[in-house]
Amino acid sequence: MSFDRPNFRHPKLAKNSAGYSRTDYEGAISTLCAGCGHDSTTNAIIQACFELSIVPHRVAKMSGIGCSSKTPAYFLGKSHGFNAVHGRMPSVATGANMANRELLYIGISGDGDTASIGMGQFAHALRRNLNLNYICMNNGCYGLTKGQDSATADKGSVGKRGAPNMYASIDLCELAIELGASYVARGFSGDKQQLVPLIKGAIAHNGLAFIDVISPCVTFNNTSTSTKSYEYVREHIEATNTFDFVPLQQEILAQYSEGASQEVVMHDGSIIHLHKANSSEDVTDRLQAVNKLELEKKRGRLLTGLLYVNPDIQETHDIINSTLRPLNTLTEADLCPGNSALQRINESLR
Amino acid sequence: MNKRESVNDFVVRFANVNGSGSASANNLFARAIFRLGVPVSPKNIFPSNIQGLPTWYEVRINEHGFLGRRSGVDLAVAVNGQTLYQDYQEVLPGGYFLYDSTRELSEKFNRDDITVIGVPLTTLCNDEFKNPKLRQLLRNIIYVGALSFLLDLDFSILTESIEKQFRKKPKLGEPNIKALELGFAYAKEHHAGVCRLSVRKSKKLGDEILMDGNSALGLAAVYAGATVTGWYPITPSTSVVEAFERYSRQFRTEQDTGRNKVAILQAEDELAAIGIVIGASWNGARAFTATSGPGISLMSEFLGLAYFAEIPAVLVNVQRAGPSTGMPTRTQQADLLACAYASHGDTKNVLLFPCDPKECFDLGADAFDLAERLQTPVIVMLDLDLGMNDHICAPLVWDDSRKYDRGKVLSAAELDSRQEKWGRYLDIDGDGICYRTYPGTHPTKGAYVTRGTSHNEYAGYTEESPIYQAGMERLLVKWQTARSLMPPPRIKIRDTGFAVGVVFFGTTTHAAYEAISRMAEQGLEINSLRLRAFPFQDEVVEFINRHQMIFIIEQNRDGQLRTMLMTEIGVSPRRLQSILNFDGLPITADFITKKIQALLADEHQENLQVSQGGQA
Ligand SMILES: Cc1ncc(C[n+]2csc(CCOP(=O)(O)OP(=O)(O)O)c2C)c(N)n1
Ligand code: SF4
Ligand SMILES: [Mg+2]
Repeated sequence: MSFDRPNFRHPKLAKNSAGYSRTDYEGAISTLCAGCGHDSTTNAIIQACFELSIVPHRVAKMSGIGCSSKTPAYFLGKSHGFNAVHGRMPSVATGANMANRELLYIGISGDGDTASIGMGQFAHALRRNLNLNYICMNNGCYGLTKGQDSATADKGSVGKRGAPNMYASIDLCELAIELGASYVARGFSGDKQQLVPLIKGAIAHNGLAFIDVISPCVTFNNTSTSTKSYEYVREHIEATNTFDFVPLQQEILAQYSEGASQEVVMHDGSIIHLHKANSSEDVTDRLQAVNKLELEKKRGRLLTGLLYVNPDIQETHDIINSTLRPLNTLTEADLCPGNSALQRINESLR
Repeated sequence: MNKRESVNDFVVRFANVNGSGSASANNLFARAIFRLGVPVSPKNIFPSNIQGLPTWYEVRINEHGFLGRRSGVDLAVAVNGQTLYQDYQEVLPGGYFLYDSTRELSEKFNRDDITVIGVPLTTLCNDEFKNPKLRQLLRNIIYVGALSFLLDLDFSILTESIEKQFRKKPKLGEPNIKALELGFAYAKEHHAGVCRLSVRKSKKLGDEILMDGNSALGLAAVYAGATVTGWYPITPSTSVVEAFERYSRQFRTEQDTGRNKVAILQAEDELAAIGIVIGASWNGARAFTATSGPGISLMSEFLGLAYFAEIPAVLVNVQRAGPSTGMPTRTQQADLLACAYASHGDTKNVLLFPCDPKECFDLGADAFDLAERLQTPVIVMLDLDLGMNDHICAPLVWDDSRKYDRGKVLSAAELDSRQEKWGRYLDIDGDGICYRTYPGTHPTKGAYVTRGTSHNEYAGYTEESPIYQAGMERLLVKWQTARSLMPPPRIKIRDTGFAVGVVFFGTTTHAAYEAISRMAEQGLEINSLRLRAFPFQDEVVEFINRHQMIFIIEQNRDGQLRTMLMTEIGVSPRRLQSILNFDGLPITADFITKKIQALLADEHQENLQVSQGGQA
C-alpha cells in the first residue's frame, strides 16, 4: 500500500536556487519496515538532490527488484521511475540513458540485485562507464525474500536465521575499482553527514559513480552477530577522508592546509575538496584505493568515504561518439534517408 | 547414358571447405545468372565452424521463378576432398561432376551414369599466381570461368561483375579476370560440347533485387528511425545488426559534428540486450535487438515485463534449428510458441512473418510503428534461410510522406490542456491502449513509476484482485485492437468448391506455391493462405472454416502454428493436418507435394471404408 502526502506547503519552507523546497524531492510514504536502513539512504538522496538544486522532473530513477529497489517510489515523486526486473537495472538504465543523455539517472539496487543475479550487468555498466549514479543499498541479505545471506555477507556473519555464512564475501567497491568504475565510494545509511556529499559528488561525476551504502536490514540482519548491523558498523567504521562538495557556482570559503587536502575538479566544474587522514593519500590512484580497502579489512575495519575517482574519463556516449542531441528527440528528417537513397541501394543490389 | 539437358532449369551445388574464400566465387556465379534476368536462388549450407569443415552452396536456376529449394544435384562443383565421394554420389543420374583434377579420382569413383569433368584448378592456379594468399581465392574463380564455358554463361557478365566489385581497386580485379579466363580456356579446350545444361539470358526478371533478409531488416531499422540497439552475437541473427551498423555509418552521421545519430551497444548477453531496448523505448527512442532461439529463451523474463508494463520493443528472431544449441547453422521455424507466449503468466506477443527481403524491409519498418502504437513487444520472425541467404525480390520502396506512428504519447502541452486526471493505464478510448509520457516531459505532470508488479490505472502498486483482473482484461481488449492492425494474410483462391486449403508462412512460401502449381497441373486445385501475423485475423478463421480439408505447412516438428490455430481460434484438431519439415534444410516443393498427395490418398481410403460400411 502507498499513501499520497497532503500537498500542503509551509510558506517558510526554504527553497533552493532552482526554486524548489525539500518536499519537492520527496516521494510516496515508504512501506519499508520502520528503521530500515534503506529509508535513511532515501533521505540522503533527497537531501543531496535538494542541495544541488536538481530539477526533479529531469531525473529518471531506475531500479531492480528488492526492498531497496522499491525506494524510487519514495523519493523524487515528480520524476519518472522504472522498477525493472531482478538484477537488470543496469541494462534498462543503459537503454534509457542512450535514448536521452540529458536526464540525470539514479540507479538503485540491492546487494542481492547487484552482487548475485545482477553481477554481469553491474560489471558491464562499469566497464562502459555509463553516466549513472549507481547506489547499492547493501544489507548483506535478501530482505524481500526474508533474510537469506547475500554474496556481500561477511564470512562468519550471523543474521536472524542463525547459521553463520560459510562463503567468502564480495567487496563491491574493490570490484568496482577493478572493473573500471570512475567514482567509487562507500557510505553508511546511519551517517548522513558523510553520505550526502558522497551522493552529491556522484551526481556531479560524468560517468559511472558507484556508491556502496551499508544499509542495515532491521528485520533480518541487525543481530549483534551480523557484520551489517547498526551496532557492528558503528563500531568498525573507518573513514578514509571527509570532504566538502563545492558546486560550480559557489566560491571556496574555507582555507585548507597543504598536503592534508586534495582537490578534485569534476566534469561540470564543481570541486570535491578532501580532507585526508594522511597527506600521501591520493584518491585518483586505483592501486592505493584497493590497497587501503584490503588493509582496513585486515584490521577488521570497514573503510568508508570517497575511495577512488577519475574525473577525466569518457562516459559511454563519448566512447561511442553519439550526437549531443538526445536521440529520442530526433525526427524523420534526422533519421530516415528517404526513397532516393533507397533506390541507389536497390541499384547496388542488381 | 542420358545426359541431363536443360536451359535455365537446374541445380548447381558447390562443395567447398569452410573458410577457403569460396563465398565470393560462388556469389559471383549466382549474381551473374541473376544479372542475365534468370530467376535464381542460392542457399548456403554451412557448418557451425570457422574453418576447415565442409560447406555447400546450392544454386537453383529456374526460369519459371520457383525459388524454393529443390533437392537433387544436376551439376556438382566438388572442390572439397573430405566430401568428394559423397558429392559424387549425390549427383543425379545423367548429371555432371566437375572436380579439381590436379589429383586423380580413385577407383571407387566408378559411376557410369554421370559425366565427369576434370579441371586441374590447383595446377592452373599455382602456375599462374605466385601470391599464396591470392591463390586460394583465385582457385575458386577458375571454376567459375570453367562454368561460364560449360553452361554457355555470358562471359562478359562475369567480367563486368568483377569490374564493378573492384571499381575502386582495379589492380585487384585483374587477377580475378585472369582466373576466369584460365578456367574458361581450359574447359573450352578439354570439355567442348560435354555439358548440356545452359543458362540463357531471360526477360523473366525486371527491376528485382538480390538481397539477404537480415540486411533488409537492418536497413528497415534505419529507415524506421531506430536509434538504439543492444545486441549479443548469435548466428544467424548477427548480420541484422551488422547491416544496421553498416547503413548507420552511411546515413546516420551528423554532418556538422561527425557524431553518430545512433547508439549501438554490444551487450554482455541477451538479457542486457533486451533490457537496453526496453529502457530506450521507455525513454522515447526507437530501439530494437536481433537474436535467435537461445537468446529468446534468455529474454523471456524481460518480454513479460514489456508486455505487462506496456513498453514498446522490437525484436528480430532469426530462427535456427533447436532445441538448445541444436543445429545453429541450419534453418527452422520452431520458435513460434516460444515467441508468441514468451514469459511466465498470461503473456502474448505480436509476431510478424515476412517471406522475402522486401517483406523483411516492409514489415521490419512496420514493426516499429506497431510496437509504439500497441505499446508492446513485436517480434519479427525470420529464419536462417531468409536471413542469411540471398533472395530475389521486388525492389525496396519508401514513401517519403510517411510519418512514424509514435503511438499515444502526451507532450507537456497536452498534459496541461487535459481536463481529466491522466492515468498511465487508464483506457479512455476503449481500444485498450493508454497514453504514456516520456521521462522529463513536464515539471509536475505525467510522472509515474513503471513496474512489472500489478498496478492500478494510475500506475500505483496494487494487489487488489478486481483492479489486477481489470488490467489483465484490458490487455485483451488491446489484443483485439492489435488484430485489426496486423498485415492481412495473402489468400489465393483457385477452387471455389473449397475442398483443400493450405496455410503456411515465411520461407515455406516459395516451395508451397510451387507445389500448388504442380498439383494444379495434375488437376488438383488448392487454395492457399499465407499468414503474415499473429494475432490471427478473421480472414484466417474464415479461410479455415470454409475448407473441407486444411493442411498447415511448417518447418518444425511439433506443428506449432497448428497448435496456435487450435487454441487461439478454436479450430478442431481433426480439421488441421500437419505437413512438417524439420531436417534443418529449407523445405522443398517435392516434399510438400508428396505429403499432400499421400494425406489425400489416406483420406480417400478412409472415406471409402466409411461409405462401404467397412468398420464392423
Ligand atoms: C528472477 C527472480 N528471481 C528471484 C526473485 C525473488 N527476489 C526478489 S527480491 C530478491 C532479493 C533481493 O535482495 P537485495 O537485492 O539484497 O534487496 P533487499 O531486499 O535486501 O533490499 C529475490 C531473490 C525475483 N524477483 N526474480
Ligand atoms: S526486510 Fe529488511 S531490507 Fe526489507 S524493508 Fe524490512 S528492514 Fe528493510
Ligand atoms: Mg539486500
